[in-house]
Amino acid sequence: MSGKHPLRTALLYAALTLVAAIVLMPFVWVLFGAFKTQGEIMAAPGAWLPQDFSNLANFAELFERRQFGTYMGNSLIVSAFTVASNVLFSSLAGYALAKLPFKGSKLVFGCILAAMMIPYIALFVPQFFIIVQFGLVNTLAGIVLPIAVMPIAVFIMRQFADSVPDELLEAARLDGAGEFRIFFGIFLPLVGPAIATVAIITFLNSWNYFLWPLIVAQDQGTYTLPVGLAVASQAARSIDYGLLLAGAIVVLLPVLILFLFLQKYFVRGVAVTGLK
Amino acid sequence: MANVGTRRGSSWQAATAWLFVAPFLAIFLVFTAIPALVALVYSFTDMGVADIRHPLEVDFTFLDTFARVLTNAGFLKSLWTTGIFIVISVPLTMTIGLILALALNSGIRRLRAVYRSAFYLPVITNIVAAAVIWQYAFTLKGPVNTFLGSLGLLGPNWLGDPNMAIGTVILLTTWRNVGTCMVLFLAGLQAIPEDVYEAAAIDGASAWRRFLSMTLPLLKPATVLVSVLMTVSYMNIFDEPYLLTKGGPLSATKSVALWVYEQFGHGNIAAAMAGSYVMLAIVVLLGILQLRLLSAWR
Repeated sequence: MSGKHPLRTALLYAALTLVAAIVLMPFVWVLFGAFKTQGEIMAAPGAWLPQDFSNLANFAELFERRQFGTYMGNSLIVSAFTVASNVLFSSLAGYALAKLPFKGSKLVFGCILAAMMIPYIALFVPQFFIIVQFGLVNTLAGIVLPIAVMPIAVFIMRQFADSVPDELLEAARLDGAGEFRIFFGIFLPLVGPAIATVAIITFLNSWNYFLWPLIVAQDQGTYTLPVGLAVASQAARSIDYGLLLAGAIVVLLPVLILFLFLQKYFVRGVAVTGLK
Repeated sequence: MANVGTRRGSSWQAATAWLFVAPFLAIFLVFTAIPALVALVYSFTDMGVADIRHPLEVDFTFLDTFARVLTNAGFLKSLWTTGIFIVISVPLTMTIGLILALALNSGIRRLRAVYRSAFYLPVITNIVAAAVIWQYAFTLKGPVNTFLGSLGLLGPNWLGDPNMAIGTVILLTTWRNVGTCMVLFLAGLQAIPEDVYEAAAIDGASAWRRFLSMTLPLLKPATVLVSVLMTVSYMNIFDEPYLLTKGGPLSATKSVALWVYEQFGHGNIAAAMAGSYVMLAIVVLLGILQLRLLSAWR
């Protein structure tokens, strides 16, 4: 489509910029608000900018008195285990589904689709019973276990594994290599982008995971960042927005930094699967 | 595919395959299949919170719980509220997503990736953080009303008035979901070959005509995917109303998922499970209905 009128192009850019400004506005609010004192926030009409960007009192309060350090440690542990376990087990399963013909592979694939479709809200109550039976209430293991192998991760790995040429694997088999050697030595090095995509998606899911940790974690020692922030925002009598917005920045920052550097993998995950 | 089990036979290979999928299957069985079954069984009982430690000693009351749930005023209200979310938010989110995708696909080169990232950013934003920002921004004297005031407008009580609160929750969910729709529509648009448009342009079809009779029909697979995806996600809506309004004011934003969560919190386990199964049934029916409607379309 060529020969666009320059005025139309200018209007298009103006409209896109306006929409982008509206979409990004909440990030501006949080950035400015996190450095404001309670007095500045309560002032009406309030100023746009904080008086002092070096006012880190809100952040200091979070880590010194509100245990955000513990929450952050818990979130990092949950995410690290979730990503590692998903990368390993979903690539094993994806490889088997795409490259090892076996009776029942259709059944397994059906399980993946079913697990992606069933609304989570229908499952969390019985999931909680199971965690009670295992004695894992109020533990990080109880938080990680249900998402240790996400169906979406297996689905992505299977789609990518399909594109690995059979001949390479076949040649290794003729040389006498076992399936584990083929998997680790030949298959894994070939699917680097798939591993990156799975790692990003599972990191995002576990870092932003909210309802399940809210149910499993029963005290501040096992809260993850989102749970800690939600509890803080709902417990407060007179709400200290500066403090909460600083907490929001702590939760948002790791994901934003990753997105800045690795966004093609974020978007690829959505495009491959149609799911978040 | 060639016979790959040449050396050790295909039974060995099948055993390896089962070993490789075993971790996924174990997690699936324990945390999806069994819970789905358990929820179905217990929704026919009178299970309460006292029965959690002794789940085998509950009484079967068969359809009693379903009858109670389906006649419960709170549950019906939550169904209605969820319906409002779906009817307003799904078309709204999809339309904005499609418009943004069309704008980004209309031949602009400069800054295209920047705009796409900006529109996608809310999708990866943590919902708790987003809700905190929303609560701050939409308080009576918050930045939004301050801005409206500077234009000489009196800002409404965004979160305190029942009708406004639904609108504010919809605003938040739309903000978070438009990026997903945009990326999926963009993928759909990029799959349409350029020469289809060139042929139409030569035939003298107007831009609007080309959109209606060519782009839209060719975009059908993406539209089906996006509409099913959005309907399911709005049907399950929990995080936004839970965090932003706790389902209030006056239960105005209490979705079915939030009702289920509250029943669980009150110890009405059987009611929570029956409610979630009613919701599951509706999700499946809506999904089938949409696939039917959209495949009948052209």
